[in-house]
Amino acid sequence: MTTALAPEPSKLANQRRKSNAKARGLGSRRGNVIAGIVAWIIGILFVFPVFFMVLTSLHSEPNASTNPPSFFAPLTLQGYKEFFGASSGASPWPPLINSAIASIISTILVIVLAIPAAYALSVRPIKKWTDAMFFFLSTKMLPAVAGLLPLYIFAKYLGLLDNINYLLILYTAMNLPIAVWMMRSFLADIPVELFEAAAVDGAGLIRTLRSIIVPIISPGIAATALICFIFAWNELLLANTLTSVVAGTAPVFLTSFVTSQGLFLAKVCAAATVVSLPVIIAGFAAQDKLVQGLSLGAVK
Amino acid sequence: MATTTAAPVDAQAEAKAAKKKEPKPPFNERWLDKKGWSRRVPLLPALVFTIILTQIPFVATLIISFMNWQANYPNEIAFGTLNNYVTVFTDPALRSSVFFTIVLTVTVVVVSLALGLGISLLLNRSFFGRGAVRTMMITPFLIVPVAAALLWKHALYNPVYGLFNGMLTLIFGQNAPQPDWITDFPRLAIELQLIWYWTPFMTLILLAGLQSRPGDVLEAASVDGANSWQTFRWITMPHMRRYLELGGLLGSIYVVQTFDTVYVMTAGSLGTANLPYTVYETLYSAQDYGLASAQGVVVVIFSIAIATFLLRTVSTLFAEENR
Repeated sequence: MTTALAPEPSKLANQRRKSNAKARGLGSRRGNVIAGIVAWIIGILFVFPVFFMVLTSLHSEPNASTNPPSFFAPLTLQGYKEFFGASSGASPWPPLINSAIASIISTILVIVLAIPAAYALSVRPIKKWTDAMFFFLSTKMLPAVAGLLPLYIFAKYLGLLDNINYLLILYTAMNLPIAVWMMRSFLADIPVELFEAAAVDGAGLIRTLRSIIVPIISPGIAATALICFIFAWNELLLANTLTSVVAGTAPVFLTSFVTSQGLFLAKVCAAATVVSLPVIIAGFAAQDKLVQGLSLGAVK
Repeated sequence: MATTTAAPVDAQAEAKAAKKKEPKPPFNERWLDKKGWSRRVPLLPALVFTIILTQIPFVATLIISFMNWQANYPNEIAFGTLNNYVTVFTDPALRSSVFFTIVLTVTVVVVSLALGLGISLLLNRSFFGRGAVRTMMITPFLIVPVAAALLWKHALYNPVYGLFNGMLTLIFGQNAPQPDWITDFPRLAIELQLIWYWTPFMTLILLAGLQSRPGDVLEAASVDGANSWQTFRWITMPHMRRYLELGGLLGSIYVVQTFDTVYVMTAGSLGTANLPYTVYETLYSAQDYGLASAQGVVVVIFSIAIATFLLRTVSTLFAEENR
């Protein structure tokens, strides 16, 4: 943007960036080659279990459980067919749909609650906004087991056990602090002048939210939503305690999956791959903002 | 603690807000809401929601922890006993789970932090396929924890056809040792799986830290003829200290709560029951609500100890960002 108006500063900046790069040690070639080789080896070691999972899921059961492993066995979709109930008749769709409902609806609720809250903590802050921020953070440090028992008893006496709506409300509470922290860090980046102009033009809170804030921070909203979705999809402790047959989520289904004896490795790997797929997609979509979300917005 | 460290930020924000107030009178009126209720309203739904669903259950846990309440003996429910806490601290099985929780958390966090630092230093250099390696490093963290635990238990650790023993056979031939990983080294097996899962997290945080090093300082160091070790020791490490703390503390908060891996891999047997798993078992199998609550309170006390340091670190980062 500034290039057209003032080419000189941008050239300067370019030069500066280059010398910074040199100073960061990006210049020494041989060191980089060695670092590259080591990094590749470590990267492959870390990704190999995942690769092995996908590969095994595409093998037939006899080929999946050989010693030594038969990496180059012919590929088949039999494991996936078994997972989707080809011979057992047990469909994984109800738990997958439960997980989708709990994760998606809780994420929408989180965003709807978090945006106004973040507004009241950054754009037009309440007096003790830092205290409020740290209150939200501190709830994230309260382990889930701290409230597990009352939540269980409460559900038991009100007939809310095995109810997906109860679970999704709890997931909303679980992710809300993360979303508030992330959304605040995005809102704080919007220049104040925009809000002043909107206020001068007579825009109220709703109007300001809809016409200014949401359009500007929509990439931030997307990243926050993806991260909340991942946390909700991954959750096991609450789901395992509060749901069973009807409202059981995909992770709960996975834990009950491995009861049969005999050859089942390809099926297990297929199950693990299918259940992880939404998280892998969401994770790579949010890759740039992943750190920010995981560190509750503390690292950018 | 939050209040004291955050106070300067608060004052600054107020000063900033005050400065904004001056020039435009009509704007001024709307902005200067003395009671502040119009400011608080947008916050209230989220705040009330959070209080109801996190604070009230915890208070209830605290109360129940002083009760004698077992689901199977509904006639003996009574308040005002310390027996649950006595049990928590005297039962050897529970002491073992407290001990393992500490060992697990410290081992996993320290090892994955060290690995994460090394890997992030590598990833911060430029080499062929850097983006691809970064993606490979993130992938383990994007496997659903339950799925990851199943994968490690059945596809990697299995003594007969697992990948580890398969690789041993592949490299050392038919006479290669074939350990039963989970039975022989139950704690190590869980720790290894968690290190695999958490190292990507640490790498991401530390890489972000490395990339936020001030360029001009690094440049000045190279102009002054600092070698790479000196730059690392005197510029990178002091800068990274805060990110190491942040990664360590966030990691501790998450690892202390580990449930999935223990549940799937060993179901708490072989001395691998950590506190969250024990609470779950007391609640679910033994149906002893009072004891489960007391255990929950102990987990919270652990977490508060870690959280106190975490809050301090986050508020430092937070104050700098808002300066």
